[in-house]
Amino acid sequence: MYVAIVFLPLLGFLIAGLFGRQLGARPSEIVTTGLLMISALLSWIAFSQVALGSAPMSVPVISDWIVSGAVKIDWALRVDSLTAVMLVVVTTVSALVHLYSIGYMHEDPARQRFFAYLSLFTFAMLMLVTADNLVQMFFGWEGVGLASYLLIGFWYEKPSANAAAIKAFVVNRVGDFGFSLGIFLVFALTNSVAFDAVFAAAPGVAGKQIHVFGMNVDGWTITCLLLFMGAMGKSAQFLLHTWLPDAMEGPTPVSALIHAATMVTAGVFMVARLSPLFELAPVALSVVTVVGAITALFAATVGLVQNDIKRVIAYSTCSQLGYMFVAIGVGGYAMGIFHLFTHAFFKALLFLGAGSVIHAMHHEQDMRNMGGLAKHIPATFWMMTIGTFALTGFPLTAGFFSKDAIIEAAYAAQRPGAVFAFLCVVVAAGLTSFYSWRLVFMTFFGEARWGKNAHAHGHDDHAHAAHGHDDHHGHGHAHTPHESPAVMMIPLVVLSVGALFAGLAFKEFFIGANYGEFWKKSLFLAPGNNILDAAHHVPGWVAMAPFVMMSLGFLVSAYVYVLRPGTADRWAKANPLLYKFLLNKWYVDELYDFLFVRPAFWLGRLFWKGGDGRIIDGMGPDGIAARVVDVTNRVVRVQSGYVYHYAFAMLIGVAAFITWYLVGGVR
Amino acid sequence: MVIGLTQYLVVAAVLFTIGVLGIILNRKNIIIILMSVELILLSVNINLVAFSTFLQDLTGQVFALFILTVAAAEAAIGLAILVTYYRNRGSIAVEDVNMMKG
Repeated sequence: MYVAIVFLPLLGFLIAGLFGRQLGARPSEIVTTGLLMISALLSWIAFSQVALGSAPMSVPVISDWIVSGAVKIDWALRVDSLTAVMLVVVTTVSALVHLYSIGYMHEDPARQRFFAYLSLFTFAMLMLVTADNLVQMFFGWEGVGLASYLLIGFWYEKPSANAAAIKAFVVNRVGDFGFSLGIFLVFALTNSVAFDAVFAAAPGVAGKQIHVFGMNVDGWTITCLLLFMGAMGKSAQFLLHTWLPDAMEGPTPVSALIHAATMVTAGVFMVARLSPLFELAPVALSVVTVVGAITALFAATVGLVQNDIKRVIAYSTCSQLGYMFVAIGVGGYAMGIFHLFTHAFFKALLFLGAGSVIHAMHHEQDMRNMGGLAKHIPATFWMMTIGTFALTGFPLTAGFFSKDAIIEAAYAAQRPGAVFAFLCVVVAAGLTSFYSWRLVFMTFFGEARWGKNAHAHGHDDHAHAAHGHDDHHGHGHAHTPHESPAVMMIPLVVLSVGALFAGLAFKEFFIGANYGEFWKKSLFLAPGNNILDAAHHVPGWVAMAPFVMMSLGFLVSAYVYVLRPGTADRWAKANPLLYKFLLNKWYVDELYDFLFVRPAFWLGRLFWKGGDGRIIDGMGPDGIAARVVDVTNRVVRVQSGYVYHYAFAMLIGVAAFITWYLVGGVR
Repeated sequence: MVIGLTQYLVVAAVLFTIGVLGIILNRKNIIIILMSVELILLSVNINLVAFSTFLQDLTGQVFALFILTVAAAEAAIGLAILVTYYRNRGSIAVEDVNMMKG
């Protein structure tokens, strides 16, 4: 069964990818979606068996996958509670996204390719979460990176999509560099990469100094920092987050699946999976906390002013990932995974809802051109509102339980950096509420900003070709927003049920009374780590803080965008510097452009023009060819064409021969 | 002064040199080149006849007659070529005959 869960998506990928052209679009869609549904069903069975029932298990697939000297790597599927949670999240969201894509992509000519990529991604992600050793995890890690690249650049005729795909790939390479170094160090320290062996050997080498980068450092600290660097790249944490907003160039279902629910949470999963190592490196955990807190706050501030509906949600994702890392950093792995679990539902819901809005608006993504949509697409409106409630942590929705638990844990933690993290996440909770409701208000309330000048809008759409790729909707027909078909609404309904009740239903298992039986040692806590208890015993005002912040954000947002429209513009005019700073995303992209991109271009040009062009080509082929031409040009001049010159040359030759013969003859 | 082999050879050498110089110094007319070639052949003939007499062997004189025949044929062909060349190109000045220029 476990093998089937993992390899059914691969089968779907192979069928749709290799024979999609012969099968046609519709059979490919049905095959991939159907296989994913089976996989999702089996995942829930596995979840009930492993997480709610018996002990974890390991299914060998290939023994001695890689053998090289002391490195011996088996390929096995490790299915414990942590994996079971991820299996459920990945396959469920993936199956729903497959279903949704049938509706969303129904006009795209390359649907087979799209569905093949989606299934490939799902397979790689399942490979990642079922990994039994670090190398296997790295395989899945790179696999999802590849699928992410392919899907971001799915509309490859759009230059911006290609640029975004390359950016995602390159930024992830930076993180993966750290990740692979971390894997090497793990092997150097424990002589193994299999999780069981590593975890068993880890306490024995705790505190061991190793010599890396020219200095002596604590072994596990540097290892965990490097591993976290990989997580930062994949999970778009501050400084390596720049690829995630750009990744919104991909189709919206891709954003929902990869860049909200599953792939970006791989970093969180990885740190949770390696909790026995991170627990030995408190310094690294502090770094995790601080980076997560900065990301949570940073992304929330940027999300305040973005106008592209998908970008707002992308920054929201970035911010929520920061929350997860804060939870993990203070030792609350279960809370991080719980937030991951609930976040997958409501963020996928928000993205798919945004996709439904974009679909209704004929691929218009700018919220300034929306407004008043609530009465045109009421079902989508309610789905988005449910998602927003869950995201902002409205009581009893999914986000309420997981996010409040994180904030309480951040307060209760004693670790250095926890106070800073607490402040960041509380402020970010308010900002989250503000920008989420801003999205809803700008999109669904107020006057309709799309109907006024339908003609001008059509032109605008052409100008916005970079935004709305598939605007092969006829521009001629009336721009009345229409509700999405049932095939797109069903996934939204399922996800909204998850967004409403996932928190309530699973709270006791993930972070409550049944913690012990549920996780069964798949998450390791150091003896002194009692963050779960501590988080339950925080003062009342801390427990109330997220709710207060959420209400505050809602009220401010309602005031600015519903009661007094135009206030936002006034505020932006009053603080132009701050507004520009946020609108340009803290100028991180510009900074990277200045620090890395331009020097890289300069260096590349130097090697290209100077090294290759001037030295290698100049000395080599081009140089030799030029010298040959020079010599022959000179030789050509001898051929004057005058008969007497040739005669003279002959004479000289004869004279020379005779002279040589006579002189030689004498000798 | 007895006219012997030496004198004949000197005359032949002088004629030969004049012929060669006529070819390589001449810048004007191709006909002059043909005439120079005839001169070279004649100088060779003188050599042959002189040695024939000197060595009491008639073979040399027979060869001289052959050479005369060949020279006559060569002159005829050369002049014929010149005529057609002139018809085609409109000039037989040596400077203009450089179609083999590289």
